[in-house]
Amino acid sequence: MNEGIITRINGPIVEARNMERAGMLEVVEVGTERLIGEVIRVRHGGLATIQVYENTSGLKPGETVYCTGRQLSVKLGPGLLGTIYDGIQRPLDRIAELSGAMIRRGEKTEPLDMNKKWHFVPTVNPGDELKPGVVYGEIQETDSIKLKLIVPPSQKPTLVKTIVPEGDYSGEETLLVAENNDTLGFYQYWPVRKPRPVVARKQLTTPLLTGLRVIDAFFPIAKGGAAAIPGGFGTGKTMTQQALAKWSDADIIVYIGCGERGNEMTEVLREFPELVDPRSGRSLMERTILIANTSNMPVAAREVSIYTGITLAEYYRDMGYHVAIMADSTSRWAEALRELSGRLEEMPADEGFPAYLPTRLASFYERAGFVETMSGTSGSVSVIGAVSPPGGDFSEPVTQHTSRFIRCFWALNRALANARHYPAISWHDSYSEYLIDIAGWWGQQDAEWKAHRDLLMEVLQEEVALQRIAKLIGPDALPDHQRLTLLVADIVKNAFLQQNSFDEIDMYCSPGKQTWMLRLLATFTERSQNLIRRGAMLADINAISALPRLLRMKSEIRNDDKTAMANLEQQISSALDAIESNLR
Amino acid sequence: MKVAGLEYRGVSSIDGPLVFIDNIRGIAYDELVEITTPTGDVRLGQVLDVTASAAVIQVFGGTVGLSQEKTKARFLGSALKIPVSKDMLGRVFDGLGRPKDGLPEPLTADRRDVNGMPVNPYSREYPRDFIQTGISSIDLMNTLVRGQKLPIFSGNGLPHNRMAAQIARQAKLLSEEVEFSIVFAAMGVKYDVARFFIDSFERSGVLHNVAMFLSLADDPSAERLVTPRSALTLAEYLAFDLGMHVLVIITDMSNYCEALREIATARGEIPSRKGYPGYLYSDLASMYERAGRLRGGAGSITQMPILTMPSDDISHPIPDLTGYITEGQIVLERDMHQRGIYPPVAGLPSLSRLMKDGIGKGRTRDDHPHVASQLFAAYSKVKDIRSLASVIGEEELSPVDKLYLKFGVEFENKVVSQGEFEDRPIQRTLEIGWEVLKILPRSELLRVSEEELAMYYDEAVTIKSKK
Repeated sequence: MNEGIITRINGPIVEARNMERAGMLEVVEVGTERLIGEVIRVRHGGLATIQVYENTSGLKPGETVYCTGRQLSVKLGPGLLGTIYDGIQRPLDRIAELSGAMIRRGEKTEPLDMNKKWHFVPTVNPGDELKPGVVYGEIQETDSIKLKLIVPPSQKPTLVKTIVPEGDYSGEETLLVAENNDTLGFYQYWPVRKPRPVVARKQLTTPLLTGLRVIDAFFPIAKGGAAAIPGGFGTGKTMTQQALAKWSDADIIVYIGCGERGNEMTEVLREFPELVDPRSGRSLMERTILIANTSNMPVAAREVSIYTGITLAEYYRDMGYHVAIMADSTSRWAEALRELSGRLEEMPADEGFPAYLPTRLASFYERAGFVETMSGTSGSVSVIGAVSPPGGDFSEPVTQHTSRFIRCFWALNRALANARHYPAISWHDSYSEYLIDIAGWWGQQDAEWKAHRDLLMEVLQEEVALQRIAKLIGPDALPDHQRLTLLVADIVKNAFLQQNSFDEIDMYCSPGKQTWMLRLLATFTERSQNLIRRGAMLADINAISALPRLLRMKSEIRNDDKTAMANLEQQISSALDAIESNLR
Repeated sequence: MKVAGLEYRGVSSIDGPLVFIDNIRGIAYDELVEITTPTGDVRLGQVLDVTASAAVIQVFGGTVGLSQEKTKARFLGSALKIPVSKDMLGRVFDGLGRPKDGLPEPLTADRRDVNGMPVNPYSREYPRDFIQTGISSIDLMNTLVRGQKLPIFSGNGLPHNRMAAQIARQAKLLSEEVEFSIVFAAMGVKYDVARFFIDSFERSGVLHNVAMFLSLADDPSAERLVTPRSALTLAEYLAFDLGMHVLVIITDMSNYCEALREIATARGEIPSRKGYPGYLYSDLASMYERAGRLRGGAGSITQMPILTMPSDDISHPIPDLTGYITEGQIVLERDMHQRGIYPPVAGLPSLSRLMKDGIGKGRTRDDHPHVASQLFAAYSKVKDIRSLASVIGEEELSPVDKLYLKFGVEFENKVVSQGEFEDRPIQRTLEIGWEVLKILPRSELLRVSEEELAMYYDEAVTIKSKK
């Protein structure tokens, strides 16, 4: 094994000499405690710069650097689901057993439990073709997820020589032997910074249903899409991310806590096992992988954590699953880049961020997509990244660069958050380019879905303009049809956009209930506008006795309660009929 | 502290709080250094950057009087450690954990690295025990939970110290009778401020239960960087080793950040916003994250850092980055303070992120979450209507809007405002909350449920009409 010698230590950045044979991005073990690091720069004279993923306190020049000859990789196989990892895929539950409540550095442990037995069902026979993408076996990893063992992309095409029969096997056992004597087991490695190959990328046409009305109806994201949630502190980025992790209709969720609070990860760890997936009826933890690199954990591991997360996501995508990644927060990741760049004394670009920030952001968000996999199935990775702009100012570099690489922008608004209107997604600054792509899907649920949402959106946008005038002359000075717009906008905000994530009914809104709510609100809007034009008084509409019920329908009518829905629809409709008959 | 170590004579250069030494060997990153000045004073320092033959040292005691030739440096072979012991409660220390009250060093062999180690998120217990502070604006709207880190964002001249002292005095749990032990860290504040806290603790008879780490305005700035870490190291020992409940008050974080910027500039680092180093976030997080509870452990650390926002600007990097790390913030508002409202807790920008799990059924009262949400929504409307009224005049407002204005005034005077020594139980606070809500018409209250309206609103209104 190659060895080098430390010459300088500056925080997480270590320089070493005698490193002629170390490759770029090679993993090294640093010092007597063998701290894990990665070679990030190689220079003339055998000098190498290493970023170390653990605290370097106490390290001395002259200590040894051990080269490992491999790139930073994750171990893929059964047992990933339901686990919490740190940024370099060390399982935090095992680390806690080994070193107690505080994370001792230099702790090393297997990412997956190698002693656990898995029930393996072979899907190929001796003599079958063996090439990348072939599924050679299956394991029921959790009750809802069947793990497919796929021949890795690096395999040279050959034939199957022998394969073990169906049965229980553990970690290191060989499952398959090929004609050329290559062997395959449960596990494989993949370097985190390299996207896993696919056959083709496809058009995005299906929405990622989130159960959050403001997203699904107004700013939808497609399966395989990329979205950003920028917002100042306290505007609810994490709350929105957690709601998405809970209710979106992805098969697998990878939740990356990148440079954020420890308690937030604890909350997910405690809460998810108790929550039930509304579709599969199983515990949410069974479909979730957590990557935690909290703000007090080493900064270099924060940088790598989002690559670790997305590689795990791609692994499940390749089996034909729809995976959604929540990265909270990409700003902390960008700051980690900045900190490391500063220690490397690189020339800074915008606000001290390195010039390669946009390239790195692009290479992360471009790993999202809806693809045809090597195994012939369709799978997707959707990426949702939170952005924490300093001072809530969206003109800063991370928000600006991110918005170039995503097509869905959920801008969180301070004023909404202050009024405790959650999710505080502004209908004025947000946008989604996926709307056109997925409108067809919604059209199959309700042919007029697009017309309904457009009408309500128009009312909301008109309200913004009217509010400006109202601020100058008072709302009561406006004519009735404009005051109706204010009234309707108010109803849409309270009855539809605002959603209480602690309310048992309101926390998740099914597509069926959403189309119904949209239809009811749109019909109400259209008919009242019509009535006002024909001379009805705003006071009449304001006096409709079913209005409070309309405002509370989100929390009082269950997702599947068709009777209550028809009932309310009937009440609103007859109230409007009554006003109409008075006009004649 | 007589530990054997390599001693070097002479330094190559001195720049602000930094000392550069050449021709050295076997020095570790982060190692503690004892610097002896030409006159024989001993100061402590820490290695910030090290190569095979040179080191950069940050001197906590300041570099005044050091010279190139006659300065001696002894490397102590480990990072900065402070003694930890239960006997440190009731004592006063400097930022490096050395006694400042004239009494001997605490008798203990247990010395801990001030930087601590990161808590494994897997081993944390999610905080959810309601702390009653007796201050309505906190208990009702921005509830403090045991194990939370909730900073006070203040400004110069605002009563943040009085408020912190009141919280320290009144904080208690409803479920069990436990006293909070207090660890107090002061960085760069004036002597009067430290004196105020000492007197306040003395008056309420808790001084024996308080450990103080003081690095006052006239102490060297580099010492400020260690002060909060020393305090938190003791707090961690008390909470996680001894199972005590510790309230840590740190003032003033702005001074800490200034000191950090000073060192970063002296090292010639590339600055990010407003000249603060790019790692300010990570650095702050390494302290703020040292709060919470551990799974299976009895103790807890509740952190209440105080910071003064330069020119009351909440988007300044210090409050901004703090807000991104802490679990909410209590913002003090100058305008309310000028109108004589104590405590001047700003209604809208204040927030407690852990509130949702600490209140409601079985913890405070079933209606608490909805009442809080309703008050926030209504008060936010008050702000809109006030700005409208300032344009078109109060007379032109609709009748409902006028009720909102009345609600706004009552809310500030009855819910927010209270005495400095008034300890309001949560039940009373909720009653006052409903009292001011009933100023508004029933149809405006959408955030509370029908049952709650029937139970608290209707009842309140009928009692009134009977009179």
